[in-house]
Amino acid sequence: MLDDKDRIFTNIYGIDDPFLAGARARGDWDETKKILDMGREAIIEGIKESGLRGRGGAGFSTGMKWSFMPKEIGERPHYLVINADEGEPGTCKDREIMRHDPHKLIEGALIGSFAIGAHVTYCYIRGEFYREAENLQRAVDEAYEAGLIGDNACGSGYKFDFYVHRGAGAYICGEESALIESLEGKKGQPRLKPPFPANVGVYGCPTTVNNVESIAVAPAILRRGAEWFAGLGKPNNTGTKLFNISGHVNTACTVEEEMGIPLKELIEKHAGGVQGSWDNLLAVIPGGASVPVLTKEQCETVTMDFDSLRELRSGLGTAAVMVMDKSTDIVRAITRLSAFYKHESCGQCTPCREGTGWMWRMMERICSGDAEIEEIDLLEEVTRQVEGHTICALGDAAAWPIQGLIRSFRPEMERHITAGRAGANEAA
Amino acid sequence: MAQAEKIIAKYPEGWQASAVLPLLDLAQRQNANFLSQAAMDYVAEMLKMPPIRVYEVATFYTMYNFKPMGKHHVQVCTNLPCWLRGSDDIVKTCKELIGVGMGQTSEDGMFTLTEAECLGACVNAPMVQIGDDYFEDLDAESTLAVLSELKAGKTPKSGSQIGRHTCEPVSGLTSLYNQTDLRKAKVGGE
Repeated sequence: MLDDKDRIFTNIYGIDDPFLAGARARGDWDETKKILDMGREAIIEGIKESGLRGRGGAGFSTGMKWSFMPKEIGERPHYLVINADEGEPGTCKDREIMRHDPHKLIEGALIGSFAIGAHVTYCYIRGEFYREAENLQRAVDEAYEAGLIGDNACGSGYKFDFYVHRGAGAYICGEESALIESLEGKKGQPRLKPPFPANVGVYGCPTTVNNVESIAVAPAILRRGAEWFAGLGKPNNTGTKLFNISGHVNTACTVEEEMGIPLKELIEKHAGGVQGSWDNLLAVIPGGASVPVLTKEQCETVTMDFDSLRELRSGLGTAAVMVMDKSTDIVRAITRLSAFYKHESCGQCTPCREGTGWMWRMMERICSGDAEIEEIDLLEEVTRQVEGHTICALGDAAAWPIQGLIRSFRPEMERHITAGRAGANEAA
Repeated sequence: MAQAEKIIAKYPEGWQASAVLPLLDLAQRQNANFLSQAAMDYVAEMLKMPPIRVYEVATFYTMYNFKPMGKHHVQVCTNLPCWLRGSDDIVKTCKELIGVGMGQTSEDGMFTLTEAECLGACVNAPMVQIGDDYFEDLDAESTLAVLSELKAGKTPKSGSQIGRHTCEPVSGLTSLYNQTDLRKAKVGGE
């Protein structure tokens, strides 16, 4: 289990003062100028060496992403955009950072912006997080007031502005190019890539989009050293991570743990175990709604990191662990997710706009036992027609949970259909 | 107006359209929580956007309303983590107390009830958002208590309704026992 001294988010529960005095006492803003004095290259190198992989779900190397930005700043200014549009079902970690430890995010934004040559950060926060945006704005105001950001950030001579931008309710804006469109005042519809944001991002300028957690851990990594972070977790899956454990557990919670912690240990140590007992476990969705479900057998041994979960054809995603015990109607559960994706499809690509509706209606039919057994194969085929045929990953995200269900719980789906048909026969 | 100008100033020159979401939000807050066409046209003129672009944006996002709303907008999350922990009961309780179905406003204009997608408070499920506040760790009884207080013109306490501070395990901490020891990480080592 992770030692408290290796935890980065030491106020994640908001027990202490979230604002500047408390943040300083926790070590934030401590000689930040020294970090900036390391220089752009060394900061990017440090983040690369730490092995930090993006905490928004895709798990791409954060240092690598920063290094894609043009080295020279030309006529077009550079931007750092923070993705705080947290809306992946099961996920509620960035919320806790913004309301309980906002200075970590602001300090990280200064360092990240400096590293990529940006003088402005926009933090795009989902509109529903009104109170969280209030806390973050208050922290931003404090940081300006104290000279930590502004015309001469931390006395470094570097000009840095941090703006909080509230969204207005659209899951798709968590996709980086949709977020950029939305920030520009348009509908949040993803852009075709290339060009990638590092070349043409917000306002046609080079842009890096990072998740809240990725940015908020950067100062700690640079303070304590890349080797410290790299020494935690597993090779290629380093460091600490915020986990959200929800669903059928005794004490649902958010907790920072080491990457690669066994799923069973995570659930038993922090979430008080599965309701009933471990043997009452049916399945776990380990990384937010978009990743395929794991069976109990897989949960016995799997560790919580990008590579291990990928081997099981699932994913770490946002590390939002949704636990389902044996009382769960798993077909109904996945159908709820299908309804979600249908609701959130932006409508731009036909396979997703139409496909999410198709998949949801077929899931409903199976759920209510109003389908033929053969339709399970047909549904599988529909998911393949959507997957990989859209501009962004929402289509994939809608397809994967269903594919996971068919792979691991096909008998359950058949049971629904058979029961439904038997009921219909009786009625007739 | 000063507020609007402050918002527009966040964005680079020529990109004032960036302010459309925050300005629509502001307009909605000043107008019984819904956007009239006049309000949208006003925002369009202010940002020098064609009105159709503003309508297009406004209708894309779920947080804008186009008809008068109740005094309290009750949004019940029914996504998976909330559903696993009993959001069906919360929906039922809300419908019964408010006396309307989803998407409807009570006759007294006190409440509008809607179903929401994941609101991002999943370890505190089930939950509802009322206005700008989250009410978490609900069951039928506490939902009833919150709504009754609102109905009586009071301000119920937001956050967890089972007495936990925020998102820590309800039975007590499993980490961060002694936060004061953690405050001294310095540049270049611990």
